[in-house]
Amino acid sequence: MSIRISNDPYDKRIDKGVANDFMRESIASAQGRFRSGKLAASEELGDWEDWRSLGEEIRTHTLNHLDYYLNQLTEQVEARGGNVFFAKDAAEANEYIKKVAQSKNAKKVVKSKSMVTEEIGLNKALAEVGADVVETDLGEWILQLDGDLPSHIVTPALHLNKEQIKDTFVKYRGYDSTSTPEDLALFARKQLREEFLAADIGITGCNFAIAESGTVTLVTNEGNARLSTTLPKTQISVMGMERIVPTWEEMEVLVSLLTRSAVGQKLTSYITAITGVRQEGETDGPEEYHLVIVDNGRSKILGTEFQSALHCIRCAACINACPVYRQIGGHAYGSIYPGPIGAVLTPLLDGYENHKELPYASTLCAACTDACPVKIPLHEHLVRHRENIVELGMAPKMEKVAMKGFVQWASHPAAYKLSSKLARTAMKPWTKDEKITDGPSILKEWTKERDFPAPPKETFRHWFKNRKEEK
Amino acid sequence: MATKEEFLNNIANELGRPRITAPVEKPVWRHQPQHAVLQGLSQDQLVEALQAQCAVGHTSVDVVPLAQLEATLDRILDGLQADSVIAADDRRNDEFGMTTYYEQLKNKMDMHIWKEEAGEENLRFAERARVGITFSDVTLAESGTVVLFMNEQMGRGISLLPHAHIAIVPKSTIVPRMTQAAQTVRGKLKGEGKVPSCVSFISGPSKSADIEMNLVVGVHGPVEVFYIVVDDQ
Repeated sequence: MSIRISNDPYDKRIDKGVANDFMRESIASAQGRFRSGKLAASEELGDWEDWRSLGEEIRTHTLNHLDYYLNQLTEQVEARGGNVFFAKDAAEANEYIKKVAQSKNAKKVVKSKSMVTEEIGLNKALAEVGADVVETDLGEWILQLDGDLPSHIVTPALHLNKEQIKDTFVKYRGYDSTSTPEDLALFARKQLREEFLAADIGITGCNFAIAESGTVTLVTNEGNARLSTTLPKTQISVMGMERIVPTWEEMEVLVSLLTRSAVGQKLTSYITAITGVRQEGETDGPEEYHLVIVDNGRSKILGTEFQSALHCIRCAACINACPVYRQIGGHAYGSIYPGPIGAVLTPLLDGYENHKELPYASTLCAACTDACPVKIPLHEHLVRHRENIVELGMAPKMEKVAMKGFVQWASHPAAYKLSSKLARTAMKPWTKDEKITDGPSILKEWTKERDFPAPPKETFRHWFKNRKEEK
Repeated sequence: MATKEEFLNNIANELGRPRITAPVEKPVWRHQPQHAVLQGLSQDQLVEALQAQCAVGHTSVDVVPLAQLEATLDRILDGLQADSVIAADDRRNDEFGMTTYYEQLKNKMDMHIWKEEAGEENLRFAERARVGITFSDVTLAESGTVVLFMNEQMGRGISLLPHAHIAIVPKSTIVPRMTQAAQTVRGKLKGEGKVPSCVSFISGPSKSADIEMNLVVGVHGPVEVFYIVVDDQ
């Protein structure tokens, strides 16, 4: 996988999402639960806005001094016996990790959930050198067994119901118990524990690296990141270059913002802070440690009006607040980063060409901006993207034709008058009970899912004129 | 292939300025709401806050005087039908009577103390043990969290691989929230020049909501977690 998860065009992806009733229902319910959880967890603090301001301030300072803090991180990791590799793109990161796997003659790799390893397509790369990568997050494992794709960055298998999950276990792992979540999870626990014990390498992402001590912090509820950093002899952590804080003081603030915003918890079950290799006398934890710091398009965002998009801490609060995500689901974005942050970030990392529709997957209602725990002005970024797309001449055809036509039409009073008068007659074939139900041309998409009011008998201008005369 | 210097120079370049090499003075953050949480509470009030949070966090809490620690452990181990226990070789074992307790436990069940010289056997035992017992180094009232500083006497596996984890919480280790734990770790960094290889913040049992958003307890880590708060003051 890379950042792009589909070759289907945007409208087809949306049709698929809108037609998937189970997915839409489960997203609606998940959004409700995530949001009420977040609301309760943030209201309880009483001064959530101060927390958000602090988060914003920390992220702004860190990104503005990124070269300094990355250098400090590197020195600290190396002082603790770790290796640091800087990768300017996905290919360099994958090449390095492949080399490590080959040098260890690794056959099995356990991975705890990490978006950046999805972004660079690491699993595929490791398969090329004969290393089998097992996803160990329950949701990711379910998807991996059946070759499915994540639809949410926190709960990736949100679009599947338990019967589908049971069928997957039966089909690929000979499962023979019930479809209750408890039984399914217990089965996964046993299966995955075997994988952990057999693994040569553990791979993790990185929620926050801490520059002052060379530490990588991992936030999980299941504990798979703990197992990945306890059992295998070799550990590789992969981080987007912006996922760093100066000290433990800032780490704890951002972790508090993350867990409350992502799942409404004060802290998740496990926050695990790993520094370098195991110390002398320790008998678990990695003997060899690699930190891979990935640019992959991020540095191009620095110093631009979009820099604050790199403040993102991947909590998905914007996704959980978005009315468009609610209707179309995660797959429709065609990116591993869905929702508002995905619509902002994906075109920045992978170019407008393949993602020019994403900034339009928004109502600009600003619910995302309000939800963001580090105050990224997401909807403003979406507007800027749209401006750029229009300036580059890449705007959706319909928007260009419509805007051009509208200007022509609205600036010629006679044409405007005539067409608004004729509209009712022209729309007659599609009109029933004063409603257009299956309209032509530009009304087709709209009226597929809902009705459009038929043009009135009397135009506004005509009514206004008569009203004045009556007085 | 990018070297560190090229990579960092590029960042400075994109930020529109030369590389920063002199130490950066971190600003005093304008908002610091983290210090106000559960401030001014007595140690007993912090225990109450911890209990309240554990009640919603699927974690069982006992608050006992030191004299009742052994009886409480017996009761929990009975309830778990424990036949094998692994415990940290903690510096506090003597002070809390654990050294003799573990000796006695050896007559009743498989009992292993995590020791450097045991090497790989530590992990092998932890993997099949029913229960792992550790002390808490710092305890967070707000989130119901025990913080463990891993070292050669307390491996990562003790609190991770067994079915159940019991954490002995000296009452004096309880602080309002993660803010104070972060300060403790920074203190270690300044004092000892380094932080532990692994600092684990544990808030109850392992959980997942990946199947239809249903909360399931015990996916990878312990299924049951017990805190025993012991009055040591």
